[in-house]
Amino acid sequence: MELFSSRDFWKSLLVTVYYVLGTVPPSLVLSFAIAYMLSGRIRGRSIFRTVYFLPYITSSVAAAMVWAWIFHPTSGVMNYILGLFGISPQKWLQEPTGIFSLLIGKIGIDIPEWAGGPSLALVSIMIFTIWQSLGFDVVIFLAGLTSIPEELYEQAKLDGANRWNLIRHVTIPLLSPTIFFLLIISTIRAFQAFNQIYVMTIGDPGGPLGTTRNITMFIFQNFYAFTRVGYGASGAIVLFAIILGLTIIQLKYVGRRVHYL
Amino acid sequence: MSLKAKSERFLLYLFLTVGAVVVGFPFFWMVISSLKPLEDVVKFPPTIIPTRWMFSNYIEAWKSAPFARYFINTLLVASLVTIGVLLTSSLAAYAFALMEFKGKSFIFSLFLATMMVPYEVTLIPNFVLIRKLGWYNTYAALIIPWSCNAFSVFLLRQFFMNIPKDLFDAARIDGCGELGMLWRVAIPLSTPAILTVSLFSFLGSWNALLWPLVVTSSEDMRVLQVGLAVFLREEGTQYHLLMAAASFTIAPIVVLYFILQRRFIEGIVLSGLKG
Repeated sequence: MELFSSRDFWKSLLVTVYYVLGTVPPSLVLSFAIAYMLSGRIRGRSIFRTVYFLPYITSSVAAAMVWAWIFHPTSGVMNYILGLFGISPQKWLQEPTGIFSLLIGKIGIDIPEWAGGPSLALVSIMIFTIWQSLGFDVVIFLAGLTSIPEELYEQAKLDGANRWNLIRHVTIPLLSPTIFFLLIISTIRAFQAFNQIYVMTIGDPGGPLGTTRNITMFIFQNFYAFTRVGYGASGAIVLFAIILGLTIIQLKYVGRRVHYL
Repeated sequence: MSLKAKSERFLLYLFLTVGAVVVGFPFFWMVISSLKPLEDVVKFPPTIIPTRWMFSNYIEAWKSAPFARYFINTLLVASLVTIGVLLTSSLAAYAFALMEFKGKSFIFSLFLATMMVPYEVTLIPNFVLIRKLGWYNTYAALIIPWSCNAFSVFLLRQFFMNIPKDLFDAARIDGCGELGMLWRVAIPLSTPAILTVSLFSFLGSWNALLWPLVVTSSEDMRVLQVGLAVFLREEGTQYHLLMAAASFTIAPIVVLYFILQRRFIEGIVLSGLKG
């Protein structure tokens, strides 16, 4: 009960939701696009696949270190690249301001804090997460795509379908078990994320103004740093309830729309 | 090929190549930064080619923390976890796939239910248990809790169930016991699944951070990932050394990946599609 009246807890819940929404859909869309392109007659498919998959197997501690270095506020290469496009340097992992506030603030409009969106610090971590999980999704999508029989495409083409129709009415319905599987797996993973967030904000646990403290970090910090074990444990139970609830909803509503061949 | 088809192909390759460059860039940047002297690293705008090639960064990074110890610990833990997982999951999978006993389906669904529980939920109870057992800060705490997992059991069971029953019957007539059938029939016929389970147990253990962080305290018990995180906290600004340490931590797994690449990819697909 004490938990529900804690501001930190609700904040960490919001961070978790931002994180899930900011990593799962972009990663699925991007990896679908890549897998779709790789599934055609492509030279060097296995080389592309190897490269895209590489981040998935590297340790997230080491990779997060590298990304923290890329996002370094004074000598990071990301600011340099942005500079090439005329964009001013950002503080990345140390920036508590919401991404929407930053973007819209550029054109001189102030928006209220609650609508500011995830902090740039959290967005940086999301970028890193998408980078790391992309390869896994690509490989699974690719396996699903190659299992769709060629005749179905031929048939649809004879019926006068253009490429977009094909994707919309043949590929996506037939791929729906794969999409569904990836959706569930990546949602669960995003809810449980720890390594990425812990390592990228190691100097400042929880990130600037606590804007990167998700539920797992909340549990960990309560348990480890503040030794409030019961508090951490009840956070864990809430997390479990949410994941369980979401998975059931996904199974029920999304699962019904899955087409099996 | 028409002009439209040609330009489409060009765009496709362009997109894929740009994507691959973006994905590969952090690795490139890590290695380049690890070979730069300190004054290059903090320079802005950054240069690509180091003014001096500092291979000595690797030696310096290696020496500034007991990385040899971390590597040995990690190798030991990851190998024993893998062996443990193989042992427990093949036995359990065999029982669930081929033996009849009371409450089988109930126990199996209980098994599967554990996959649904996120590990953070069990983190604190497990920690308390480890403390009570007196395993805090020992290898046992790092190895034993991870030596069994429902997913491996599930994957192997699927494989065992697809082996023709006749083979088992033949083995039984030849005087094979249950263990003999597991060892001589089920396992040899499920090599892809066995390899997948080993590969992912090893990889998962090698890359684990949260659990080892929680159950170990002394330096000589640290595994590589924890050691690396501590190194990061202590040497936070020595980016050339951090990148060198990141490089040699990633290297063994990348080498393993290049050797067993097909296995990795097939394994992912296998676990993904069956799971």
